Amino acid sequence: MEPVEEAASAALAAIAAASNLADLADVKAAHVGEKSPIALANRAIADLPPDQRKAAGMAIGAARARVNEAFAAREAELSSLALDERLRAEAVDVTLPVAQPVGAIHPVTAMIHQMCDIFVAMGWEVADGPEAEAEWLNFDALNFTPDHPARFLSDTLFLDPPEHHKLLRTQTSPVQMRTLLTRDLPLYIVSPGKVYRADEYDATHLPVFHQLEGLAVDKGLGMADLRGTLDHLAQSLFGDGIETRLRPHYFPFTEPSAEIDVRCFVCKGECGPDKPCRTCKSEGWIEWGGCGVVNPRVLAAAGIDTDVWSGFAFGMGIDRTVMFSTGARDLRDFVEGDMRFAPLFGRLLDLEEVAA
Amino acid sequence: MRAPLSWLRELAEIPAETVEIARALTDAGLQVERIDDPSSAIDGPVVVGQVLDFVDEPQKNGKVIRWCHVDVGEHNPDGENARGIVCGAHNFVVGDYVAVALSGTTLPGGFLIAARKTYGHVSDGMICAEDELGLGEDHAGIIVLPSDPAPQVGSDALELLGAREAVFDIDVTPDMGYCLSVRGLAREAAQITGGRFDDPYATPVPADSGRGYTVRLDTPNCPLFTAIKVTGIDPAAPTPSWMVRRLQAAGMRPIFLGVDIANYVMLESGQPLHTYDLTSLRGPIVVRQAKLGEKITTLDKLERALSVEDMLITDDSGAIGLAGVMGGLDTELQHDTTDILIEAAWFDPATIGRTYRRHKLPSEASRRFERGVDQGVAYAAGRRCAELLRDLAGGVISDDVTIAGAVQPMPTQTIDADLPRRILGVDVPATKVVEVLRASGVAVEEQDSKLRLTPPTWRRDLVDPYDYVEEVGQKVGYSAIPSRVPTAPAGRGYTARQQAQWAIIQALAAAGFGETLTLPFIGAPDLDKLGLTADDERRHVVTLANPLSDAQPWLRTTLLPGLMAAVNRNTSRSLNDVRLFEAGSVFLETGAGVQVMPDVSCRPDESEITELFARLPKQPVHLAAVLAGDWLPARWDAPAQPATWANAVAAADAVAGAIGVTLERRAAAVAPWHPGRCAELGVRAGGEFVAIGYAGELHPKVVADWGLPVGACAMELDADALVAAADALAPGEIASLSSYPAVKQDVALVVDVDVPSAAVEAALRAGAGELLESMRLFDVFTGEQLGNGKKSLAYSLVFRAPDKTLTEADATAAKESAVGAAAKATGASLRA
Repeated sequence: MEPVEEAASAALAAIAAASNLADLADVKAAHVGEKSPIALANRAIADLPPDQRKAAGMAIGAARARVNEAFAAREAELSSLALDERLRAEAVDVTLPVAQPVGAIHPVTAMIHQMCDIFVAMGWEVADGPEAEAEWLNFDALNFTPDHPARFLSDTLFLDPPEHHKLLRTQTSPVQMRTLLTRDLPLYIVSPGKVYRADEYDATHLPVFHQLEGLAVDKGLGMADLRGTLDHLAQSLFGDGIETRLRPHYFPFTEPSAEIDVRCFVCKGECGPDKPCRTCKSEGWIEWGGCGVVNPRVLAAAGIDTDVWSGFAFGMGIDRTVMFSTGARDLRDFVEGDMRFAPLFGRLLDLEEVAA
Repeated sequence: MRAPLSWLRELAEIPAETVEIARALTDAGLQVERIDDPSSAIDGPVVVGQVLDFVDEPQKNGKVIRWCHVDVGEHNPDGENARGIVCGAHNFVVGDYVAVALSGTTLPGGFLIAARKTYGHVSDGMICAEDELGLGEDHAGIIVLPSDPAPQVGSDALELLGAREAVFDIDVTPDMGYCLSVRGLAREAAQITGGRFDDPYATPVPADSGRGYTVRLDTPNCPLFTAIKVTGIDPAAPTPSWMVRRLQAAGMRPIFLGVDIANYVMLESGQPLHTYDLTSLRGPIVVRQAKLGEKITTLDKLERALSVEDMLITDDSGAIGLAGVMGGLDTELQHDTTDILIEAAWFDPATIGRTYRRHKLPSEASRRFERGVDQGVAYAAGRRCAELLRDLAGGVISDDVTIAGAVQPMPTQTIDADLPRRILGVDVPATKVVEVLRASGVAVEEQDSKLRLTPPTWRRDLVDPYDYVEEVGQKVGYSAIPSRVPTAPAGRGYTARQQAQWAIIQALAAAGFGETLTLPFIGAPDLDKLGLTADDERRHVVTLANPLSDAQPWLRTTLLPGLMAAVNRNTSRSLNDVRLFEAGSVFLETGAGVQVMPDVSCRPDESEITELFARLPKQPVHLAAVLAGDWLPARWDAPAQPATWANAVAAADAVAGAIGVTLERRAAAVAPWHPGRCAELGVRAGGEFVAIGYAGELHPKVVADWGLPVGACAMELDADALVAAADALAPGEIASLSSYPAVKQDVALVVDVDVPSAAVEAALRAGAGELLESMRLFDVFTGEQLGNGKKSLAYSLVFRAPDKTLTEADATAAKESAVGAAAKATGASLRA
C-alpha cells in the first residue's frame, strides 16, 4: 500500500477510535496537523519528478478529503453525544414549586366586569355615580312617595343630619337618573356598584352589597325588549338555552314591574322531589332581580317626553349572582378579606365547570 | 295575607285545583309564598277523644303527671271503653274533648307515637298540644276541642281543627291593597281561572238616615264614616268554631265574639271595623286632627302624646281612638257589652301610615288603611258585621244608620287602545284590552282608538295609563311576552377612565395581591390608631345619622382601617403572609349643606341639577394595599424574603405603570407610616409635583396599636387622581428605535447619605443629554473609606445615538457632563 493510503487508513482508524471531542482534537493534530504523515507527504510532492506530481497530489488530496470528512462526521457525532450528556446532567425536577406571589381579583369585581363586557358588546355603555347620594336622586325622582317605607331610618342609611336629604344609595338607580338628566337619548347604559341598606350582617345579608342595573330609553321599547335583553344576559353568563321568567311585582320606578327568575343552569329545571337540586333548592328557577318598564313619572322627572320615549330597567345583586353561580355559602367571606377567598374563584367563575 | 282556600271557594267559583290556583295567582302578581296544609305533615290518625277520668301523680323529679282514660270511640282497645294515656298538661277537666294521636301516628318533625311504658303506666297514644300538631306555637297546654256541638269521639280531630285544608300565604305588593281581603283574592282567582265571582259586599252605600248616631267629619283625611247600631246582644255568646278556625288560619287570635266578628269581616271584606261600647260614648263623634299637646290612652293602656298629624276619633269626653290605628281604652268593647256601635270609615292612607309608625302601632287594620281601602265597601262591611252580631249573638240592628261624608269619585284616565300592545309587546287587540279591563271592574268607554277608563272603587292603584298596561299584562300573563333583543346604537365601549380603573385592579392582582371588599364604616379608634393628627384631612369624616353600629358611625376617609382589620383576621386564622388590596370610595365631609328636593312632576332646572350633583361629600376612589409577613416565604431555592417598604412602593409603581404613569417619589413623614420609610408618590402636573399617595413601612406604633405583624407595610393612593394623570399624558411621540450599537459606561458617585438617589439620578439624566438611553443603580455602599455621612451610588449608563455608531469618546464626554451636573446639583464627587 502507498504510504499516503496507510496514513489515511491510520487517520480514519484513529478518528473512529476517538471517544470524545478532546481525543478527536488530538487525533486531528496527529493525522492532519502540520507534522502528520499526510502533510509531510504533501510537502514531499515538490521533491517528486514532475510527471508524478499530479498523480501524487490527487492521491494525497483524496486521502485528505476522506480524512476530513470522517473527522467532521465524527466531530458532529461526538458533539451531539456530549450535548446529550450535558442536557442529562442539567435536568431538574420541574415539579419543584416556583416562587411567585399569587394575587386574585375579587369574584364580585370579576362578575361586574364580565356582565359589563356582555353589555358593552351589545353597544351599551357603562355609567357610574357616587355612593353618598342626594335623597332626591335615590327616591323622589324614582317615584318613591314621601312616606315610602324604604326612606325610613330602619331601612336606609342617611348622612347626618337626615334633614339634609343625603344618604348612602340603596340602589344603583340614582345613576339612571343622573344619566337621564345629563345624556342625550336614545340611551342604553348599565351601572354597577355598591349599594347600602340598614340590613343585618350575617351569612345571607350584608349592609353593603353590589348591584348591576340596566336602563334603556328609546322609541318603542317595552317588556319584550326587556325580556330579550335579560335572556341574552342569562345565556351569556350561564349558557345556551338558559332563559328568564318574569313574575309580576311592584316597584315605584317601573310600571309594569316584574321579578326576574333565571332558569337553574345546573338542573335546567329538571329537578324534583326525587331529583333534588342544591343550586335552585329544587325550584327549577333562581330568583335573580327586579325589572320593568320605566315608569313615565320617572322619565317626566327628567323632563323626557313620554309620548315619544319609553324604556325599560332591570337590576340584580352581584354578590348573590356570584353566590348562586359558584355555590359560595357565606356572604361574610366576601368582605372579611381572608387571603384564601378571592383565589378560589379564578376557576369557579367558569360556570360550565360548576354545572358539570 | 293568609287565605284559606275554602274561604276563597265560598266567595267565588274557582274552577281549578289548589296548586293551579297558586300558580295562577303568582302569575298575576299575587305571589303565593307557601301553601300551608298542616295535616300533610302528620302521618296517621289524630282523633277526637273524651277524657273519662284522670289521676294526678306527683313524680320524684318534681313533675306532676296526669294518668288519664280517654274514650276514642272505635279506636278503643277491644272490649274496653278508653285508652290509658299519660299527659303532662293540666289545662283540662273530665269530660273535655281532646285531640289524641294514636300509636303508629307520626307527628311533624318525624315524631313517632308508640305505646310505651312511662311513669309506671303504659301510655297508649298522646294528647296533643297545638305545636305538636304543627298548628301553632302554643305549648302552654293541650288543645281542648270545642264541646258545642259535641264532636263525635273517634272522628278526625284534624278536620275539626280545620287543619285539613290548604291556606295560601300570599305576598301582597303595596299597590295591591285590594287583595288584603278574601273578597279581593277570590275576585282575582275567579278572573284568572275563568271562574265566577259575585261580590257579597256589593250593597251600595245608602243615604244617611238622619236618625243615626251623630258623626261630624272635621278633617279632610276622613271623607267617609259609616256607623251602625246593634243593641241587645248576648255578651256570653261564644265565637263559633268555624269562625275561630278561619281567624286562626288567617293568622289572627280569637278574643271574644264581638271582636272576632269585626276581625272576621275585615279579613273577608278588606274593610277594618271598629266596635264601640255604645253606652260608653258621650255625645257626637267628631273625627278631627289632634291638637298640639293632646294625649290619648290607647287600648294597650299606654298614654300617648299626639302629633297634629295624628287623626282622632273623639266624643264629648275627648279622644276615644287613634283613627284607623288603635281604639281608646274607655270605649273599648267589654265582655259584658250588649249595645254596640260599628264604625266603618275611610282614612287617608298616608296619614294612617305616618301615625302607626310614629306610635309604633302596626296592626292588621292600619296596614290595610295604609294600602288604601275600598270606599265602596264601608257600609256593606258594617252591615255584614251587624248581621253576624244579630245571627250569632241575637242583637237587633238599628235602621238608623249614619253615613257621614260620601264615597269619592274615582279618577278617570284616557289611554290609546294599543298602548298595552306597544308596551307589553304582546299582541292584545283593543277588544281584548276592553274585555280584560271590564273583567277587572273598570268602566270602559270606547272612543275611536282611545279608551276612557274609570276604575272600580277598590282599584285605587289604577291611575296612570301604564297602570292599565300592567293590569292587562298581569291578566294576559307575562309568559305571553315575547323575547326580542333591542338594537342599541353603536356604542363607544369602555371609557378611557373605565379601562384605566380596570387595568389598575388587574395590575395589583398580577403583582401578587388579593382583592378584598371591606365594609366602609369606621370609628374614632380606627383613625386614632393610625396616629392621625387633629388637623389631618382624613378626620373630615362623614357621619351617619343611623349607623349600624355606634362604634363605627363614620364613613371611611382611608381604606387602611378596613385592610388592617382584614390583616388581623388573616393572622388570627394562622395566615401570616398577607398581601391584600382594595379599590373603593372614601368619603370626605366638605360641608356641602342641605340637598335640594325639586318638584318631581317636571325636570329640575339646571341650577338645581348642578346642586344635586355638587352638594355631596367628596368621594374619590382610592386604591390601597397592605403587606405583612413574608413577600416570599423560605423555599427550597432561597431564604424567606420579608415584605418591605420596597414591595409597597413596587405595588404603587405597578399600578401606575399599568396605565402609563411614572410615579415620582420623595421622602415624607406621614401617618400611619414609619417617618423614615415612607415615600410620597406624586405625578407631574404642569411641571409641579402633585402628591397622590404614600407607600412604605408602617409606623411601629401603628403596627403595635393594630396588632399587626412587625414590619407590616402599606400603600394608599388616590386612584381618581392617578387615572386623571394618565388622561393628562400628552399622546407620546414614538421615536423610531435606533439599531446602532450602544456604549456602556459605569460611574460611582459619592454623596452625603441624606441625598436622595432620585435627585442624583435626575441630575445624571439631565446632564447626560439625549445620548443616554437608560441607567441603572447597581450598587449602594457606605463604609469607612468613604468617610462618615457619605454613601456611594454606582450607576451603569447605556449610551446610544439615533444616527451613528457612538465612539467611547462620545460616551465619555456625555458621562462627564452627567457627573458634572450631579456634582452641581447634589455635591456628588467621583468615587476615587
